[in-house]
Amino acid sequence: MKSFFRMSYPYILWIGIFIVAPMLMIFLYSITNTGNETLTFQFTADNFARFFRDPDFVRILITSLRIALLTTIVCLLIGYPAALFIANLSDRKQTFMILLMTLPMWINMVLKTYAWRGILMNFDFASEFKVFIGMVYDFLPFMIIQIHTAIAKLDPNLLVAAHDLGANKVKSFLKVTLPLSVPGIISGITLVFLPAVSSFFIPKMLGNGNVVLIGNLIEMCFKKTGDWNFGSAISLIMALIIITSMWATKKLDRSAQED
Amino acid sequence: MGNVSTNRLAGISMVQNSELETTKKKRPADNSGEPMQKKPAKHLTRIFSSSYLILILLFVYLPIVYLVLFSFNSGKSPSSFDGFSMRWYEALFRDRTMLESIYVTLIVAVISTVVSTVVGTVAAIGLSKAKRLIRTVVLEVNNLPVLNPDIVTAIGLMLLFMSIKIQPGMLTLILSHISFCIPFVILSVMPKLRQLDDNVAEAALDLGATPFKALTRVIIPQIAPAILTGALLAFSMSLDDFVVSYFNAGPGTNTISMYVESMKRYNLSVNAMATLFVVVVALILLLANLVPIIKDKKAQKEEPKNA
Repeated sequence: MKSFFRMSYPYILWIGIFIVAPMLMIFLYSITNTGNETLTFQFTADNFARFFRDPDFVRILITSLRIALLTTIVCLLIGYPAALFIANLSDRKQTFMILLMTLPMWINMVLKTYAWRGILMNFDFASEFKVFIGMVYDFLPFMIIQIHTAIAKLDPNLLVAAHDLGANKVKSFLKVTLPLSVPGIISGITLVFLPAVSSFFIPKMLGNGNVVLIGNLIEMCFKKTGDWNFGSAISLIMALIIITSMWATKKLDRSAQED
Repeated sequence: MGNVSTNRLAGISMVQNSELETTKKKRPADNSGEPMQKKPAKHLTRIFSSSYLILILLFVYLPIVYLVLFSFNSGKSPSSFDGFSMRWYEALFRDRTMLESIYVTLIVAVISTVVSTVVGTVAAIGLSKAKRLIRTVVLEVNNLPVLNPDIVTAIGLMLLFMSIKIQPGMLTLILSHISFCIPFVILSVMPKLRQLDDNVAEAALDLGATPFKALTRVIIPQIAPAILTGALLAFSMSLDDFVVSYFNAGPGTNTISMYVESMKRYNLSVNAMATLFVVVVALILLLANLVPIIKDKKAQKEEPKNA
């Protein structure tokens, strides 16, 4: 049986080439200013300094964070009641509702965003608001499913006990259901916030060129200006933000579960 | 880190998981809540929650209804419905570049699904027998593409292909799709492998089976459902992808997503194409949900005979 381990050799090689090497390349590009064309590296921190020195770039970063945060909050506010109501249905209806919620996730995201472009053409909304609608639409199912999974796992006896001990519906929700669904809320937040920060397709398609988020900035560096070093640096900054927020939510999750 | 990735996985493969989740627990709360249902307050909350869920469903299905409805528009306008016609379907079948993009999308999805399912399954089996440290390290690295934003994965691969001087085209497109699909296959096969009883495979080996036989006759049949889930996941990830393809396909190799994104004006043929997609996806999901039910019914019929 131990010999089966050898079966993973090709994949370990694959990982080295297609996962580790690309990450190293991004890192290498971000700390040099000439690329590796001539194999003479000029190491520098300029790419990072340039990003934070320019108020325009910092503004883009703040806009990205703001839209992602707003999307997350709205998804949570809309999604929590939905998840709760679904969890209160009978087993058969629950399965059916979750199926209905997940069905549209199988349709190409680009096509759905294209549909939103057509729908929103009828409305005179600000570009940023259109982008926001597209993002809430795209990420809401993730929030609902995560929270629903957490609530559905709850032992129903806990609510019976709360009821027997004299808690009314509101109180048993606040004292039992809500605290115990925190892990679901947290993974929902991660699944919405992280892709929302890095999203570059939705602002591109719904923003009419008026909404530039950090993902669009990276795209511009690679596809238009050809400044790969700067683009790599921005990617690293974004990856850092994401790792930090994931670390923070994980910490939050742990402290919530200890309570 | 593994937590988030499996969550995302759960989200995407919810169709399979949801049935498991809900049938597992029987809820005594339903019965105890019964007498209260007659109160008018309970009635009101029920009406409220149902209408809320209906609103959410309307929101979730709005773009799909829109795509289907306007694919039959006789006018050009994406905003006013002028009457029923099939002209956009005709236009779709006359549009070479759009048809080519469908072809590229499907070819890439099929090849990367097959390759990543095979490689991922083989790797997962190997890893399940690896030393704990190696397994942990490899799985953590395996998680990177799942956790990383798409755009970071995409530019990383682009930099790699550029520096080893592979011309962007079909090959880079397929390679990049394979590399983001494998991690998902591994993530869906791995948990199932851990549940397996090692003794069964050991017994097969003791009884004289070659390792290859033990693999194909004992281990793989047991993890087949997880492999299927992984393949389905890989296929849908590949179909859905825009970002990785956008950075790693050459000029002329467009996937549907890239083609739609690059269009300057609103074109209702895209609605027609999307409608065809909706129909195909609906059929597949219907089948995927019906087959287990039919199998169950058959099994139930056969059981009494045996007994």
